Parts: sequence; C-alpha cells; structure tokens
Amino acid sequence: MRSYHDIGGMDLGPIERSEHDYALWEKRVDAMMVLLWQKKGLLTLDEHRHAMETLDADEYGKITYYERWMVGIAKVLLARGIITTDELGRHMAAAGDKR
Amino acid sequence: MHDGHHDHEPAGKRDHDAPLTDYQRMEIAVRELLIEKGVVTADEIRRTVEAMDARSPAIGARVVAHAWTDPAFKARLLANGTAACEELGVEMGPTKLVVVENTADTHNMIVCTLCSCYPRMLLGLPPDWYKGRAYRARAVREPRRVLKEFGFNIPDNFNLRVHDSTADMRYMVLPARPAGTDGWSEERLAAIVTRDCMIGVAVPKVQ
Amino acid sequence: MSARFKTGDRVFVRQAEPIGHVRTPYYIRGKTGSIERLCGEFPNPEELAFGRSGLPRLPMYRVRFLQTEIWPDYRGRALDSVDVEIYEHWLESARQG
Repeated sequence: MRSYHDIGGMDLGPIERSEHDYALWEKRVDAMMVLLWQKKGLLTLDEHRHAMETLDADEYGKITYYERWMVGIAKVLLARGIITTDELGRHMAAAGDKR
Repeated sequence: MHDGHHDHEPAGKRDHDAPLTDYQRMEIAVRELLIEKGVVTADEIRRTVEAMDARSPAIGARVVAHAWTDPAFKARLLANGTAACEELGVEMGPTKLVVVENTADTHNMIVCTLCSCYPRMLLGLPPDWYKGRAYRARAVREPRRVLKEFGFNIPDNFNLRVHDSTADMRYMVLPARPAGTDGWSEERLAAIVTRDCMIGVAVPKVQ
Repeated sequence: MSARFKTGDRVFVRQAEPIGHVRTPYYIRGKTGSIERLCGEFPNPEELAFGRSGLPRLPMYRVRFLQTEIWPDYRGRALDSVDVEIYEHWLESARQG
C-alpha cells in the first residue's frame, strides 16, 4: 500500500515555477507549529506529518500547503486534548466576523 | 501518468476582501485558544513570524562564501554542518545539517519526497515548487530532466547525486566556486550564490 | 543500542508495506544500496507519530543507491545516485553482490 504523500518516482508532470508571497495567516500557522514543537515541546514533527498524511486524499489535493498544516496542527491539538472540538467550533464561528 | 488536478497547488494568497476560509478561521480560533490557555503568547507568535521573515538565502550564501575562502572552515562544514554554521553565528535551532559538496565531477541536488524538509535556518522558507508534488516525485527519478527544466544543462561527464531528506537531517549544497572569482571579497562571492544553487537546481554564475 | 552497519556495508531495504507513519519511501523498498554514513540515533518516527516517546533511539543511516539499481529504465550516468535516510530496522545485510 502506498501512501498518498509517498510520491518519489511518480511521473507528475511539469514543475510549476511561480512562487507566491506568504500571507500573514500562513506565517502564523508556521509560527504556531515552530512554537508548539520546538519551544513548547507539545507535539512532534512526526505527529504533525502523520496528521496530514491521514487527511482524506481528496481534501489533501484541493487545499494549499498551509491549509494542510493548519488542519494538521488542529488534529494533533485535539488528539492531545490541548483543545476540544467544542471550543474549536465556537471560536471558528466567532472568527467569521474578524480579520 | 499525469496526476490530474492534484499536481498544481492552489495559490496560497487570498484576496483581502474575500471572506475568511474555514482554514483562516481555524488559524484565528486555534491561535486565540492557545493564547487563552497560556500555551503561547501573542508576542511569541509575532516574534517567531519576525524571525522567519528575517531569514533568507543570504544566510546560506554567507556560509558558502566563507567556505570558498577558508579551506579549514570548508572541511569543518562538510564534517559537521550545524557546528560550522554556528561558528559563523547562524542560529541553527534543532537543525542537523549535512552539507554536500559539488566537485569537478559530481553535482548534488536536494529534495524531500515525503513532505518538504528544507534547511530553513539557512535559506528561509522553501519555494512553492520545492514543496510541490511534481518536483518531489521527479527529482529522484529523472533529475537530469528536472535540471533541464530549471535551465541548467549539467555537463555530460558529471555524476548526479540526489539527496532525499526523509528523516532527521537537512541538506544544503555547497556549490563549486566558479572560475573568474579570484581575489573577490566574501561579500562579492556571497552575492552570486542564489537559493537555487544551494538546493542544487542551479550553479553560481559570474556576472 | 549499537549500530549494526558501517560505512560501505551493502544493505537492502525490506519490502514491508504497513499503514502508519513510515519515513522509508516506497520507491526504495526492496532495493539494495551501500551505507554512506551512520547519521546517529534518533527516536522512532513511527512511534512519535502516535504521541509515544519513540524510545529507545534507533540508529539511522544515509544509504546510497545507484539510480540504475532503483529504476530499470534510468537514463543517466552509471554512478548517478540517490542518498536516502533510513532507520536501521528497515535494513538487512545484503550478502550477495
């Protein structure tokens, strides 16, 4: 069985060379990962990777790099009991009005 | 086989006037919760973002330029990449760096087929193509064709060595110092060492 | 834990295909290469992925594979290679040449 992320050697077409500037929210996702992992020792890189590797293959393909990272962080925090689903849902709903 | 719509990463930037996506809401929610619970502070997040913004390939270029002018440092860099960079005052964090050297008959290229491992402390954040599926898949299988796509025609007599950072190490290519740079200052040398040279999809050009 | 292999040893990568978090890429499973160096000992990522300690640390190596030994249709030079980091428990000694 070959995991969706394990793509070394596959023939996946031309390399898209355009690069995008990172948005602030993306940098914050990155920062949260670095802090949670390196500074706080609250999760490991491999937990995060595994959380992303177990995303539904369809979703994985449709969302961007940092969107995947964000879901990965949330999944690990939920698994570890650092946040609850209920809290996450309430805060996400409230965030809809903010920037 | 072409992997359809999964190859091309959707653009990461969102229009300022567009409504927040679920993922942006998730970022706000998780950040607020972590701050509320005292896990992180807003200040820590801000400072981490600033530190990330301050990092660019110029850091790696400085290390390369120094290795070009100081053979003993170069030997130390190849033996223990992390320790040598720390000598130059580069903050390496938990990075375990392996530096691989381009020589008269060997060219090196870096990839992370499984995700996007990258020597961020030396090069900043990786470019989209490095993290994208096409490069990750093809760099180990047909590296010479990939280099051609990058406009780099590797000479026929060079052996090509690809490094797949699958576990705990991070990699940087030490490009070969080009001819025509005798007597150059380290600053001038560093200016011709681009990010792509240190990933291994390009070589420094004398301008 | 002491390392089983040293630089230059011929090793092959076991052809196992579990689910879970595995850092041995699919494309080199079942292939034979040579130990380039021992990188050190690290906690097992397969265990870390599930929030466990990953201890005791496992030896991890850089293993060099010739491209012609990985891809039957490889068109490049005979000495073109791929160096991959692999944990010891995925490696067996390859005695035949």
